[in-house]
Amino acid sequence: MADDMSVLTTQNLKSFYVLNIYGAKKVVKAVDKVDLEIRENEIYGIAGESGCGKTTLLKTLYGLIKPPLRLIDGKVFYVRDGQEIDIYSLSKEERRKLRWEYIAYIPQGAMSVFNPVIKLKETYRDFLDSHLTGKTKEEVFDMAREHINKLGLPVKILDAYPHQLSGGMRQRVAIALAALLKPRIIFADEPTTALDVVVQRGVIQLLKGIQEILGNTIVLVTHDMGVHANLTDRLGIMYAGKIIEEAITEEIFGNPLHPYTKYLINSLPKFGDTGSRESVPGNPPSLVSIPSGCSFHPRCPYAFAICTEQMPELFDAGNHHKVACWLIKEGKDAKDAIVS
Amino acid sequence: MQKMQLFLEIKNLTKEFFLGSIISRQKITAVDNVSFNIKPTEIFTLAGESGCGKTTVARMILGFEEPTSGAILYKGRRPKKGEKVWFTQGMQTIFQNPFETFNPLRKVDCYLFETVQNYKLARDNKEAQELIDRKLKSVGLSFEEVSGRYPSEFSGGQLQRISIARSLLTAPSLLIADEPVSMVDASIRMSIVNLFKNLEEELSMSVLYITHDLATAYYMSGQIAIMFRGNIMEMGPVEKVLMNPKHPYTKLLRESIPEVDPSKKWRGEIAFSNIEHEEYLREGCKFAGRCPRTMDICKREAPKAIYVDGVLVKCHLYCSD
Repeated sequence: MADDMSVLTTQNLKSFYVLNIYGAKKVVKAVDKVDLEIRENEIYGIAGESGCGKTTLLKTLYGLIKPPLRLIDGKVFYVRDGQEIDIYSLSKEERRKLRWEYIAYIPQGAMSVFNPVIKLKETYRDFLDSHLTGKTKEEVFDMAREHINKLGLPVKILDAYPHQLSGGMRQRVAIALAALLKPRIIFADEPTTALDVVVQRGVIQLLKGIQEILGNTIVLVTHDMGVHANLTDRLGIMYAGKIIEEAITEEIFGNPLHPYTKYLINSLPKFGDTGSRESVPGNPPSLVSIPSGCSFHPRCPYAFAICTEQMPELFDAGNHHKVACWLIKEGKDAKDAIVS
Repeated sequence: MQKMQLFLEIKNLTKEFFLGSIISRQKITAVDNVSFNIKPTEIFTLAGESGCGKTTVARMILGFEEPTSGAILYKGRRPKKGEKVWFTQGMQTIFQNPFETFNPLRKVDCYLFETVQNYKLARDNKEAQELIDRKLKSVGLSFEEVSGRYPSEFSGGQLQRISIARSLLTAPSLLIADEPVSMVDASIRMSIVNLFKNLEEELSMSVLYITHDLATAYYMSGQIAIMFRGNIMEMGPVEKVLMNPKHPYTKLLRESIPEVDPSKKWRGEIAFSNIEHEEYLREGCKFAGRCPRTMDICKREAPKAIYVDGVLVKCHLYCSD
């Protein structure tokens, strides 16, 4: 079972934005009690609506906590060479060393991260210089060329300026850059959003290729369920700062349990079927005032008494399929009670 | 049947842009001889990847851009200079990003009252408010929910609904929607798409839906035109074009959509364009550089439009001579 070794675990992770506006304290609970266990050699997806805390979760996992974001509680462990490292106990310098070599982060809108006035190969050199020492300029360029070639991108782009490439190409170059130092974990935040379908396919092809070459872990955040279906091995559904369902991707799509997940999947149009599709009723909750009990209950057609009072815990519904829903936990009896 | 009145006729529309300085001037034909018609009560989709000229077509229809050649006939004639109000009253538009449509420092209802005032739709404030409330109700909101609030207090889906309600104020017969759902979350995207469907059915409106999302296009539209580098490559009923694509480019687009089914993962790899304007400058068929079935003739001659099985196709594969 060497494949199932975990590489990233979190315990009761909480990170809130604490704002102080004219003496009035405002707390945005962006990540609230998240327990994750991400394994080696898998693509783990996180899905959810905008404003559900997906990006904040990634930032917290990466150790990018800056005010007003604060780590309230919990720990993030990376497993490196069989040893657990608590990233929030490391010094700044130690954390910096881990970045790019062990963990890499592709931020949202990565296509606009390049310096517009230097050629892309200079960006690659800047990048390599800060992590590898004692290499000549030519050696560094050769490394960059070899890397680009291996990922199936045209080598001539290294001599181009960022504005000469299309958005999709820049996005792919940014992703290739993140994989340059062979990190064990790559965090990708909405890598395909704002790209059109053909380019999107190229980006997904590249991410898949990188994962196959390096045999590492990718944590992919996007709201596009189609991308998740195509790329991820396991999927977590996030709602109002919490993971509410987690399972193998096939299981989530084949047998969604949480009413929210059901809506997410069933609302998407499919080819060859023009039957009417309903989207999730209501609006996503504000993270400043999360509803009591289960945060989905105001939008849930199956909500009953306990849902308004108590937040359900994530529990295993069999087959490693975890879900946080009273309806599932209380079993079929409760379901019958609501129907009648 | 042929006598059915065409609502909007686009005839041989062409737009050329020039790049570079006087010495190294390059001509880019962003829209190349595009013709299509929109009938009353239909949703017409214009689809293609970014940079294919679909937004330029919309901008020319709305009069933001002068066409280089060709004609746009609205209700059978060309609108004259002083007829802007008449023209825009019948044709309203919705833009891509609802967060940018509204000024964050202005209350949302200002926009609604302003439209009423500009088109002189009501005699007094009370009447205006009633009209606004009626239109907001048709998109699932109400005046009480909207009045006195700023854009930051609404979600993207709500703002897009308000934007649609605003365009409905003038009782237009055509809505031009430029990527109206691409900035809206997937979970509420369908509520906007369903709204368009209702508008078509209940108010017998036409919608020109510009998108790169073929799944929603399939779900709601009747006719579809696939654009590539300024040309319409394939055009016809959506059921035929998307379920049985003829042009290799339509096939590529169709295969690039991630299906919401993990058992249908993509296999194999596809070719990409690296530099957009190289394709624009290409002689012959613009798609020849990426097409899996390129022939010699494709590189020399631009294919003519022919009809195969009721679908317009521009591809040498279907030219018998």
